[in-house]
Amino acid sequence: MDKLTRKSYELRRDIIEMINHSKAGHVGGDLSVVDILTVLYFDQMNISPENWKDPNRDRFLLSKGHCTDALYCVLGEKGFFDVNEAIETFSQYKSKFIGHPNTDVTGVEINSGSLGHGLAIGTGMALAARMDHRDYRTYVVLGDGEMAEGSNYEAMMAAGHYHLDNLCATVDLNGLQISGTTSDVMSTASLAEKFEAFHWNVIEVEDGNNCEQLQKAYNSAKNYKGRPTAVIAHTTKGKGVSFMENTASWHHGVMSAEQYAQAVKEIEEVLAR
Amino acid sequence: MNQISNRQAICDVLLKKAENDKDIVVLCSDSRGSASLTPFASTYPDQFVEVGIAEQDLVGISAGLAACGKKVFCASPASFLTTRSYEQAKVDVAYSNTNVTLIGISGGVSYGALGMTHHSCQDFAAMSALTGMRVYDPSDRFQMEKLIEALLEDKEPAYIRVSRNPTEDVYDENIEFKLNKANVLGSGKDVLLVSCGEIVPYAKKAMEMLNEKGISTGLIDMYCIKPFDEQTLIEACQDIKLVVVIEEHNPFGGLGSMTAQVLGHHCPKRLVEINLPDEHLISGTNKEMFAYYGLDEKGIVARTIKELGI
Repeated sequence: MDKLTRKSYELRRDIIEMINHSKAGHVGGDLSVVDILTVLYFDQMNISPENWKDPNRDRFLLSKGHCTDALYCVLGEKGFFDVNEAIETFSQYKSKFIGHPNTDVTGVEINSGSLGHGLAIGTGMALAARMDHRDYRTYVVLGDGEMAEGSNYEAMMAAGHYHLDNLCATVDLNGLQISGTTSDVMSTASLAEKFEAFHWNVIEVEDGNNCEQLQKAYNSAKNYKGRPTAVIAHTTKGKGVSFMENTASWHHGVMSAEQYAQAVKEIEEVLAR
Repeated sequence: MNQISNRQAICDVLLKKAENDKDIVVLCSDSRGSASLTPFASTYPDQFVEVGIAEQDLVGISAGLAACGKKVFCASPASFLTTRSYEQAKVDVAYSNTNVTLIGISGGVSYGALGMTHHSCQDFAAMSALTGMRVYDPSDRFQMEKLIEALLEDKEPAYIRVSRNPTEDVYDENIEFKLNKANVLGSGKDVLLVSCGEIVPYAKKAMEMLNEKGISTGLIDMYCIKPFDEQTLIEACQDIKLVVVIEEHNPFGGLGSMTAQVLGHHCPKRLVEINLPDEHLISGTNKEMFAYYGLDEKGIVARTIKELGI
């Protein structure tokens, strides 16, 4: 197994621990987005505890903020803080590790949680880079359910208008949201065409849980000039835990003891390969 | 009569300061003309961002720029800025504590006959209710200039309501200005008027008229609606019989409500509020509307005398 895939399963193990300990969080989306986060944080972006105050660091925004559980695990594994502190206190009384990204947690750029905010903020960050002649890149991760928010389209319009090729949006397209499939709840189909219509470069990733495919997409995005890039990552919600996969009810489900044991077993089997 | 509007005063300060401060950035939503910011956009195109008619995007992009060290001023009609992009103001600016000054142009009933869609008679209440947001409504160009200069010195979020038309000068170049400290424009023994923004010139005239009638009247220009200058209010109303608040705002959560809250906590007084009613407003210029709803000097004097039972 390659290093990034291994990392993504180690992170899955952390996520399951955090979710089980807290009886909170959004496990389905965490497992859907974790490979995207892994590739960005452990391969693509120059973000680390050492350069955290450096104005030249890349910027990352988790617009689908409810999957902050996965982000906390990633930031912990990156060394921003002890990941065990996050696992043990997530969503607990007076914890800074609340259910959406907030800047009390080192490594989080801005407070988020309400959907449809990240892309506009990312557009502002990318504009700032251009004004200051800095070469950092800004990465925004969105959910496909989130793409029903109209504010996204305002931001897509502006980023395309200003040719922000230092901006890269990823849609974690798992086809599910809290009430069911996105096609039933509110179709966000043809996302590639929508981004293209706003003058974005679009890269479709067939398996958005495959680190190698994601890596290739982000490498290509870095070299694309003149337009922002949207990576449409076709993911599986709940990926890596068989009984959660493609099941809307695991948007924020709580595991029984048996389910927890099963989830741990499946992830550790992969890690043992 | 002064011909320089408060919005132009903002542009003048930003033009001057941006010469030596490349971190100042101005954003508009197809509103540079109505914000009087066209000279800034033309002079510093690299420090100006046009977002089109997209107020949510306007505030979100502003927050992103501020998070990267920019000193951001974003201007859009107060009616849209404080409602259409309310959540961006709440989350991206106030909660995230980004260095963004939201400039609500053509505030209150500045748009006159354009009707209720374009009025912002709820902006003090809405913006004050956001944790981390400061709210200002300066009365004239001199106070506005000082406020912009002061806000350039800090990094906290703020909302400013700006009137559309030039207002009569209340101060001059020698204005004594302290951020978050109200200006006392007169003291009296019987009545204390409390107002802000473009109503202050009317209130000042009303104060003079009441004093001429032998009713000892004072006036506070409470341009800082949040943080509200409690101390100045409490000190000014110790021996007062009647406090009259005059504001271009509906009756809920504005200057009247805040004054009542402070008085209730610290020094209960008889309080009268002259504000815009909770109903669809009549059509007219802002001056006609002020007169109709009793916010001009005649209305203020008449209401004060009536309430005093003289």
